[in-house]
Amino acid sequence: MFADLPLLSLVIWLPIFGGLIVLAVGDRDPWGARPVALIISVITFILSIFLYTGFDTTTAAMQFAESASWIEAFNIRYALGVDGISMPLIILTTFIVILVILAGWKVIKFRVSQYMAAFLIMEGLMNGVFASLDAILFYVFWEGMLIPMFLIIGIWGGPNRVYATIKFFLYTFLGSVFMLVALIYLYFQAGSFDILAFHAVKLTMQEQILIFIAFLLAFAVKVPMWPVHTWLPDAHVEAPTGGSVILAAIMLKIGGYGFLRFSLPIAPDASHALDWLMIGLSLIAVVYIGFVALVQQDMKKLIAYSSIAHMGFVTLGFFISFMIFESTGSYSGSALAMEGGIVQMVSHGFISAAMFLCVGVMYDRMHSRLINDYGGAVNSMPIFAAFMVFFAMSNAGLPGTSGFVGEFMVILASFKANFWIAFLAATTLILGAAYTLWMVKRVVFGKITNEKVAEMSDVTGREFFILGTLAVTVLALGVWPDPLVDVLHVTVDNLLQHVAQSKL
Amino acid sequence: MQNLFLTIALAPLVGSILAGLFGKQIGRTASHWVTISGVAVSCALSFYVMKLFLIDGMASYNESVYTWLVSDGIKFEVGFLVDKLTAIMLVVVTFVSLMVHIYTIGYMKDDPGYQRFFSYIALFTFSMLMLVMANNFMQLFFGWEAVGLVSYLLIGFWYTRDTAIFANLKAFLVNRVGDFGFLLGIAAVLMYTGSLDYATVFAKIPGLTETTMQIFPGVDWSVITVMGILLFVGAMGKSAQVPLHVWLPDSMEGPTPISALIHAATMVTAGIFMVARMSPIYEFTTTALTFILFIGAVTALFMGFLGLIQNDIKRVVAYSTLSQLGYMTVALGASAYSAAIFHLMTHAFFKALLFLGAGAVIIAMHHEQDMRKMGGLRKYMPITYITSLIGSLALIGFPGFAGFFSKDTIIEAVHLSTTLDHATWVHTFAYYAILAGVFITALYSFRMFFLVFHGKERMDDHTREHLHECSAVVTVPLILLAIPSVVAGYFLGDVVFGDYFGDAIMFSESKNVIGMLGEDYHGIVGFIQHGIMGPAFWLALAGLFTAWFIYMKRPDIADTAKQKLGFLHKLLDNKYYMDDLYIKGFAAGGRLLGKGLWKQGDVNVIDGLMVNGSAAVINWFAGVARVVQTGHLYHYAFAMILGLLGLLSWFILGA
Repeated sequence: MFADLPLLSLVIWLPIFGGLIVLAVGDRDPWGARPVALIISVITFILSIFLYTGFDTTTAAMQFAESASWIEAFNIRYALGVDGISMPLIILTTFIVILVILAGWKVIKFRVSQYMAAFLIMEGLMNGVFASLDAILFYVFWEGMLIPMFLIIGIWGGPNRVYATIKFFLYTFLGSVFMLVALIYLYFQAGSFDILAFHAVKLTMQEQILIFIAFLLAFAVKVPMWPVHTWLPDAHVEAPTGGSVILAAIMLKIGGYGFLRFSLPIAPDASHALDWLMIGLSLIAVVYIGFVALVQQDMKKLIAYSSIAHMGFVTLGFFISFMIFESTGSYSGSALAMEGGIVQMVSHGFISAAMFLCVGVMYDRMHSRLINDYGGAVNSMPIFAAFMVFFAMSNAGLPGTSGFVGEFMVILASFKANFWIAFLAATTLILGAAYTLWMVKRVVFGKITNEKVAEMSDVTGREFFILGTLAVTVLALGVWPDPLVDVLHVTVDNLLQHVAQSKL
Repeated sequence: MQNLFLTIALAPLVGSILAGLFGKQIGRTASHWVTISGVAVSCALSFYVMKLFLIDGMASYNESVYTWLVSDGIKFEVGFLVDKLTAIMLVVVTFVSLMVHIYTIGYMKDDPGYQRFFSYIALFTFSMLMLVMANNFMQLFFGWEAVGLVSYLLIGFWYTRDTAIFANLKAFLVNRVGDFGFLLGIAAVLMYTGSLDYATVFAKIPGLTETTMQIFPGVDWSVITVMGILLFVGAMGKSAQVPLHVWLPDSMEGPTPISALIHAATMVTAGIFMVARMSPIYEFTTTALTFILFIGAVTALFMGFLGLIQNDIKRVVAYSTLSQLGYMTVALGASAYSAAIFHLMTHAFFKALLFLGAGAVIIAMHHEQDMRKMGGLRKYMPITYITSLIGSLALIGFPGFAGFFSKDTIIEAVHLSTTLDHATWVHTFAYYAILAGVFITALYSFRMFFLVFHGKERMDDHTREHLHECSAVVTVPLILLAIPSVVAGYFLGDVVFGDYFGDAIMFSESKNVIGMLGEDYHGIVGFIQHGIMGPAFWLALAGLFTAWFIYMKRPDIADTAKQKLGFLHKLLDNKYYMDDLYIKGFAAGGRLLGKGLWKQGDVNVIDGLMVNGSAAVINWFAGVARVVQTGHLYHYAFAMILGLLGLLSWFILGA
């Protein structure tokens, strides 16, 4: 029965209209907005599950496709569809939003309905980004997404939120302007805004390079890649917990998704020609940012830098295939790398969400994010400490947690390209453990350092549920990642075949 | 069959989950019962597996349990390879683990973290079993890191102690350095064999002898050597070989039962097991084997020296463990894999015994670990005294005790290897290093033994009044470990020189030192007779006698030596300055680099120059634009005319 429903439209518009309803309900009844928002997010999540159960893993074609004319004059269509790459990201989004709404349940005390509505609208827009098959539709969702995030940081954020929001907005907006130019150029070549038609467009090397760079500016900011990453730590520090979670868990993935959906298939030769740049930036993310993360004093900044380092594996996995081909004469290993990158995106969604939620739990009690203000939290919060250590270990890529899977796949594959690439990538084993566990040592372990820590109460039932759900997910994906990887195969193979063919 | 092996692995896990998640609900007694039952089941079934091999002649088992993931046509599976090498590890791991579990009831009885402790050690047992039963590199790495995790949790078990949480972070990070190499080794294996499954990989290795790769441009390396060395880097971390040994002495911050289980008997031997398991790879790379031999010899000798000057009873045993791990590594480097595994087994028994004995002393002394405050404990703790004596004699390789058979085989094997065609100065060095190590071992072992159990009673009166033998949960494991510390050696003929290992360990003809030794092997008695004629026995006796003379007869000699050899003492006291190198060098350097990159790179250049700089540029332009936008109509009109003129002239001249 669900197969007949326009599932993708539902997961986009249900939260958006739901958000408007929540806004309409307003704060007159102080408890009104929360349950409504929760119910809407849960229904959306359930609907998205049917995308997984109804997914056909044997075809690379877009599934659950919908198409309707939108602006006929420019041949712009309302076209939706998902493949193995976008489907898991939509489920990730719907899942995380539930936790975000629960996390804000009590902490947010003013403008509750607006807060909840912002996240629901955000959810619909992000799903829209992943599901769009029309470039203009994609662009509208892409830019629309900035607005609720801008408001979330700007209204519920920390003391320095104005600087952070403007930096965030300008950075991301600047990048996307170039993308818009590229999209319009492609429209003139393809005759429509159909993204799949873009893939087939023949382009010269010069065109490809320019288009690749235009997309790179947009996506690199989102991922974020060095050196356009400095907005992220600021945005995270000022954002409320929920905002950080959405930012880290999903918005960063949109950059990675963009490379797979636009850069690689539209400009394969440019991707090949500039792969050294992408690999170099990815390794800088792993090594340079790893060292920077080590010395952070603010927990949120530390996790923000850790996110950048982890996203380095995503871009490394996506762009290593050309070098594997040059080194070994075959593309064998490329799919391992690319699937590893995608797994890393999904896994990082869960783990970074969990890390930011952990910091949120402490922040709600102490109103500080500074590592030095803590010490010995395990004494007053033993259950929380167990969660924190678990997620820290996942962040450090411990086997058995999802954090291991993607990094493992990418490192194994990049060894085929070049020993030193794998060598630098594998330093994450040491650096990741160093910055994460050193923080844990100073925050969680040790004697109680001050009275405030002694007074901290352990996790509430709601917090336990949120962290427990994430822990189970991280563990399940680490012990048995095949259900996730299985849906990627055909799509990734198809993409790699496409990328391997020169457009020149 | 699969159910049997699954039960062996999962029984401790079930216990661990119950005690860990529901420890508060089910209480202390139930927590130790569920975990002990779980490990007891594993132990019983492990002996049953051994029986299946020895008596029923079962063939090796190699099947997958489930597919972890498939990507790029490569299957990553979780599965079991159970052959005789696995079987011996199963028996050792589960038996020692069971003893330690029982002992813990006594050792931790007043600790508030009782349930948590049982949960951790049961989880450790599960991880270790998954490691030794793995049939592929992925699962090996899983177990490898999982035991590292539990080790981290247990070293930091007393999490309010600053030294403990320093030690556990250090242990994890140093191990991660090893794992870094290990992971690259696995990547090399996958690249050149296209699989991570042991059987498939081993089958393809002989075809790779001519394949080379370039790590540094222009230098060709055999890929098998690269694999071998990278994998061994992992073993150096886990099995605490120089220079990645620094974490093990500090790991003594953990409660003593886990020092016995994890940091002596089982986890630290994972690296030894791994290299033995990979013998089909190592047999094709003399370079990697020589490297292993060198590292092992350095560890065996120089870590032994450090044991001489320690005053903390656990640290003596810890350095002794380092040194003995060096012996095992030397055996691996000499291709005497079965001797290494045999020493692993005997060492697991007598070292666990020594640690648990030290633990019993620590309990009796009210958690005093300084040997200078002990002495004369013999009459208060007779069972501990006897069992520790057995353990010490086994450790120094006294004829008839387990350590004698395993250690003498290693020494003989290395001696023989110096005569082979591929022998280098490293082989000669290794031989003399481990020979000298025998003297050192006997010296520090009996220094400890005499200081603790004999001589003047140096504790305070209050402690002396309360001195008494520990309860049965402590002494029974001591006795049960003392038995194999003697008799395990008598299996030498079957395990090492017989055909016990079969296909599990590979020997290439040219390096088969064990096979050559086996030709001269005529039973246990002959081996003992031969041993007494050799230098090792006399060195051990000399060491024992020296310890007796210095610490019982003439205590002044030790002090004089300390003063006369001040610089040497300082060098040893500072552990060859290796800790300083790591902490003040690498760790501080890393932080400095991080700070530099952050402040200079992110804050100054990117944010300061590029982001805020571009904002400033825009500001400046805006300022300029503001000047132009005066608001006076005639200014605009003038600008328009200028513009029109410009455009017109461009059209006319351009056309």
